[in-house]
Amino acid sequence: MAAEGNVKPAKKLSLKENYALLTRGLGWEPSYEKHEEIFRNISFEGIKIHDWEKWEDPFRLTMDAYWKYQGEKERKLYAIVDAFQQNNGQFNVTDARYVQALKIFINGITELEYDSHRGFNMLAREFPGVGPRIAAQMQSLDELRHATTQIHTISQYAKYFTGMNEFPYQFDRAWYLSIPKSFFEDAVTSGPFEFIVAISFAFEYVLTNLAFMPWMSGAAFNGDMATVSFGFSAQSDEARHMTLGIEVIKFLLEQDPANVPLVQKWIDKWFWRGYRLLSLLATMMDYMLPKRVMAWNEAWEIYYEQNGGALFADLARYGIKPPKRAPETIAEKGHVAHQMWSVFYANRDAVGFQMWLPSNEEMDWMSEKYPDTFDKYYRPRYEYWREMEKAGTPFKNTTLPQLCQVCQWPCLFTEPDDPTTLSLRETEYKGETFHMCSDGCKDIFDDTPEKFVHAWLPVHQIYQGNCFLPDVDPTAPGFNPMYEALRYMGIKPGVDGGDFKGSADATNWEKWTSRPANIHEGAYTDAVRDTSNPSDAARKAI
Amino acid sequence: MPIKAITPDYHGDFKDSVDKFRGNQIVNIHWEKHLMFAWPMCVPLPPTMPFGTLIEGVLPGIFGAHPNFKQIDWSQVEWKTSKGPFKPDPAKSLVDNGIGHKTTISFSTPGLAGVNGNAVC
Ligand SMILES: [Fe+2]
Ligand SMILES: [Fe+2]
Repeated sequence: MAAEGNVKPAKKLSLKENYALLTRGLGWEPSYEKHEEIFRNISFEGIKIHDWEKWEDPFRLTMDAYWKYQGEKERKLYAIVDAFQQNNGQFNVTDARYVQALKIFINGITELEYDSHRGFNMLAREFPGVGPRIAAQMQSLDELRHATTQIHTISQYAKYFTGMNEFPYQFDRAWYLSIPKSFFEDAVTSGPFEFIVAISFAFEYVLTNLAFMPWMSGAAFNGDMATVSFGFSAQSDEARHMTLGIEVIKFLLEQDPANVPLVQKWIDKWFWRGYRLLSLLATMMDYMLPKRVMAWNEAWEIYYEQNGGALFADLARYGIKPPKRAPETIAEKGHVAHQMWSVFYANRDAVGFQMWLPSNEEMDWMSEKYPDTFDKYYRPRYEYWREMEKAGTPFKNTTLPQLCQVCQWPCLFTEPDDPTTLSLRETEYKGETFHMCSDGCKDIFDDTPEKFVHAWLPVHQIYQGNCFLPDVDPTAPGFNPMYEALRYMGIKPGVDGGDFKGSADATNWEKWTSRPANIHEGAYTDAVRDTSNPSDAARKAI
Repeated sequence: MPIKAITPDYHGDFKDSVDKFRGNQIVNIHWEKHLMFAWPMCVPLPPTMPFGTLIEGVLPGIFGAHPNFKQIDWSQVEWKTSKGPFKPDPAKSLVDNGIGHKTTISFSTPGLAGVNGNAVC
């Protein structure tokens, strides 16, 4: 023992030693339980790992540092959220149409963050390697943080606008939200290796930039400081997640040549599933941002065709090919946003967000951005529907769709080489017919029908009578199955969705802000101040 | 190749087998080149419903809002399923016309090609 007054502190650890102790140093080899008994789910998929120590830790981040960084980010974010709320930031967005996009976000996307949290939590338990386990643990916490910060920022909008107050309830029930839900539940019910290839590589590494960059700049451009703030707060997490994605792929491919065909199959599957999910973003970008930053086809060119092209050129040395169905995504890029907006419009009474027809200004923008497709295929449809609105007989579809057994989108997509013919695919399996929206989804079904025969398809569930609240009597006079199914789904018919013009959101917006609810159409109500130049008004009066 | 799962011989139950539809079967109906109705329409129908009732009693409620609908000459309509073209007998039931559970029927109407001749309307 050192004499008093002569205590020498232990030598400070070098960063490298600190890192080693706080990551791999935390693992141990079990002595009284068999290794395979502890890690029971890592062999059934057929992936072979010979040496978990070969895992290169991509971040060199230890848990103590992680807490410190994340804590700082949280403090900054919540300071901005406070300011946003105190300044009524919800009224600074371009117009009330923008808010409709936030409804899709909170009802359909935020829950995916939570599912992702669950998935990475499981990986943090399943993987025998300490490096990937710690990375998965951190990502699990990141995803939980993304879910909570999104809920907190969007909650301010929910105080003023419809359709956002039932988000977890709707996610599990609303017919179109089964699209994102089924995507992530397919992933979390896969084995750990398929999950990490699906989410970390195919989704985060290959596709997330597409969601992140154009959508966040769109939010900024439209004055949504709340979304921009959580976006920026999540950005350094995303960078870490993407690095994990590429690291995982290289690790799996380098461990054993037998892993290559499995990884390729998962890349093909999850690229296609991710693309189908993100097509929702196509319509949000092109139609729901009152001020637009780039069109979907431009985003696809930059973030998939160019960046993805370079990535797969690099992975070719491992024997990995670009995703099998990538050509279809390129063929569809001039159509998908328009086809989706059309079906949402036609079915606006059955969704929880409000719809409108694009203005002249917007249609001209689309003609410019989509010179080969918009004027030929979609402008005539919108112009006809506008005539029908003017005639007082607005077009509505009232019949539920045939859904894709895999992605759960309605079969609304057209053949990659013919935009006037629906792309309908089916398989007969054990005496029953199953429908798919595309060759990409048919590949997936045919590979693992055992997993998809029991998909919860909302349309069939409604027809089986499983989507009514307990207080409903289907035999009562005047029973309206569509109305009741929407109520079951947490959607207030005629309030949350329907026509934007005349909606509570549009009317309240004009009352509260004195600005038009749709900047392209002028005021709907008298609540909007006359902002024309007084001398113009005077001249007109003379 | 069968699915790889933790449980041996894993297989999901058929969630949409015909016995779950309370006596009905699912039929999907698609009007080709009239993409204003942009998906096959999914409806539960009694398997014993005569094909003529489908034409007269069901289709107007689905597609009646289209200006071409009233102009359809039903004797000229061309019908098909994934098994190929067929000529329905209006007096016979759906099943006797080969329309089973979850069959998708596509029909085309020669001479009628959407609003202003545009197949997407
Ligand atoms: Fe996230
Ligand atoms: Fe699909």
